[in-house]
Amino acid sequence: MPQIFHRSTNALSKLSIVVGALLAVGAIFTLLVLDRSNYNTGAFVDVQQPVQFSHKHHNGDIGIDCRYCHTAVEVSSSAGIPPTATCMNCHTQIWADSPYLEPVRESWRTRQPIQWVRVHDLPDFVYFNHSVHVAKGVGCSTCHGNMIQQPLVHQVASLKMEWCLECHRQPELFLRPKDQIYNAEWQPPSNQEEVGLRLKKQYNVMTAEVLTSCSTCHR
Amino acid sequence: MSTEVTRGTDDRIDQYPDKHVTEGGRAGEELDGYPPVIAPGHSFASVTDKIASLALRKRTPIGWLFAFFIAGSILQLLVLSIAYLLAVGVGVFGNNQPVGWAVPIISFVWWIGIGHAGTLISAILLLFRQSWRTSINRFAEAMTLFAVACAGLYPLLHTGRPWLAYWMFPYPNTMGMWPQFRSPLIWDVFAVSTYASVSALFWFVGLVPDLATFRDKSRHWIPRTLFGLGALGWRGSARHWHRYETAYLLLAGLSTPLVLSVHTIVSFDFAVSIVPGWHATIFPPYFVAGAVYAGFAMVLTLLIPIRVFYGLEDFITMRHIHNCAKVMLATGLIVFYGYIMEAFFAWYSANIYERAMMWNRMAGSYSFFYWSLILCNGIVPQLLWSKRVRENMFALFTIAMFVNVGMWLERFIILITSLYRDFLPSSWGMYMPTIWDLAMFVGTLGFFVVNILLFIRLLPIISIFEMRTLLPEAKVHPEEEHKVIEDKRQERGDTPASGGLLPATGD
Repeated sequence: MPQIFHRSTNALSKLSIVVGALLAVGAIFTLLVLDRSNYNTGAFVDVQQPVQFSHKHHNGDIGIDCRYCHTAVEVSSSAGIPPTATCMNCHTQIWADSPYLEPVRESWRTRQPIQWVRVHDLPDFVYFNHSVHVAKGVGCSTCHGNMIQQPLVHQVASLKMEWCLECHRQPELFLRPKDQIYNAEWQPPSNQEEVGLRLKKQYNVMTAEVLTSCSTCHR
Repeated sequence: MSTEVTRGTDDRIDQYPDKHVTEGGRAGEELDGYPPVIAPGHSFASVTDKIASLALRKRTPIGWLFAFFIAGSILQLLVLSIAYLLAVGVGVFGNNQPVGWAVPIISFVWWIGIGHAGTLISAILLLFRQSWRTSINRFAEAMTLFAVACAGLYPLLHTGRPWLAYWMFPYPNTMGMWPQFRSPLIWDVFAVSTYASVSALFWFVGLVPDLATFRDKSRHWIPRTLFGLGALGWRGSARHWHRYETAYLLLAGLSTPLVLSVHTIVSFDFAVSIVPGWHATIFPPYFVAGAVYAGFAMVLTLLIPIRVFYGLEDFITMRHIHNCAKVMLATGLIVFYGYIMEAFFAWYSANIYERAMMWNRMAGSYSFFYWSLILCNGIVPQLLWSKRVRENMFALFTIAMFVNVGMWLERFIILITSLYRDFLPSSWGMYMPTIWDLAMFVGTLGFFVVNILLFIRLLPIISIFEMRTLLPEAKVHPEEEHKVIEDKRQERGDTPASGGLLPATGD
């Protein structure tokens, strides 16, 4: 009876063990990398808005405080999207005829809110509260990045659970003094861990066990 | 084995007693009034032809087609119930507070238990050199694989979101979390996946020499190539055999602890909790015994009809049937002891919750099922003490069916009666499976039988080469061996006293 397989099958079958193992490891690695990629998480992707509002201009160049528009950040779970009226406080006077601002004036005339596109969209099964973070020394830029460098807003983090837990497991690495919360350009000092531990105590930040308990975020 | 055993007609065997092949070890031998492991009158060729002809035949038997049609139809019930579950959600099951674990977990434990007979037969009986395992090990291992496949479905589907089942494995996920290693449920993941992979590997390695036989016997190029791929280039050289035997023995060693560990860990799902009726130290041994018990019942359920249908009485003799029945009786007694001890300790502990649980089992809403369980698993198998019952195929099949039902009821009783009466009377409730619970269970029976049928049709259901070693032909008679070695020595001019390269003989 003739041989069914050519001699080379021996080498191929041995090779296939190694290649199979490498392919499996490679496939898992690729999936894990893809899962964290900006493509998947949407990080660093500028989101087009109905009005080309620039945080860089309003916050950075002019120096308007975050809370002028996001009024609820200290008292509510949501930081709040400003109503058109907040825009019109200034824009009835300056740039009042700019074609760029026509959607804002239209909203003002028709009393229909501007349909802003949400950039940081957490899943519905996550409970997130802005006020507690601000009250416990977590600044805006810790999660949102340096807003005065963002003409168009984008995520600067993956918003994956591992990213949340990075801080919830060791909040002392990220806490800052209360007067620096709205400083978009704040950088941690060289002795951050020491300062952070002091602030953690001062602000009564809960232990990592509480902060990483399931029901802290999944209620 | 002792010397009073009547050996066969071959007087040379008496002269050189072989310590390895003892009870029922040799063809044509009748010991203790039981038939031998292989009927007399077979040769290498007849064994190979008979077993190979079951799969390598042109025409599929009508009976097989009929069985496949029935089992395949039942399999559709599984497909349907899975589709409905995925479309609607886990609410299609009857599980709800306070009975959060019900038919899916009952069926999971039932299937996993059934698998254990295969591993016991193939691994432990191999290590104990029980030659009667040879006729049934391949079949029992296949049964293990298919039972584990059925079992594996339930934890996946029971989560309600099976597409996220990979979360159960430890890998660097984006949640920044590892599974809870202190939970027996995660031990289960490892126990069952290890069990499935080791069983599959063991089964496949055992198949290699037979796949080579099939490769050589098939005429058409498609089966020849497929069997050839499976045979991994097997040529039957001495080196191949040496490596094969080593690998097989190592795998048997690996599988042996699994017989005990897998169901122990499954029992931890219950025993590690603090629920009355679950929190018991007797659980691991009694679960393992129950698993072997259920497994042998399933082996008999399948073997009795197959043996008759394919005329395999020469290979699966009354000795095998007797031995399976005896293992069933022994493990059944352990299980029954477990039931008695559960009741005893509920009383002896003087714990009001344990006592209430036991009272609820025996006289509560599900007492019918408890007493059915005692009947099926405790009382009916006592008939196996009688040799006449063990020789009556119909009676044996019926008893095996009783045990199959009883083992399912056992898990039903453990789960439901412990959960439906919670610590707080305000959370008491009743459990009733839905039509989908039952459809899925019946569907897995179809899935299991379809797999068994395909296995019978496509692969050697009895290990051909191992059966051949049971034949008198396979025995190397010591004096012939001696003669061959002497001849070789003389050819090379060695003298026996010099020792030479060849080992001393005959002792």
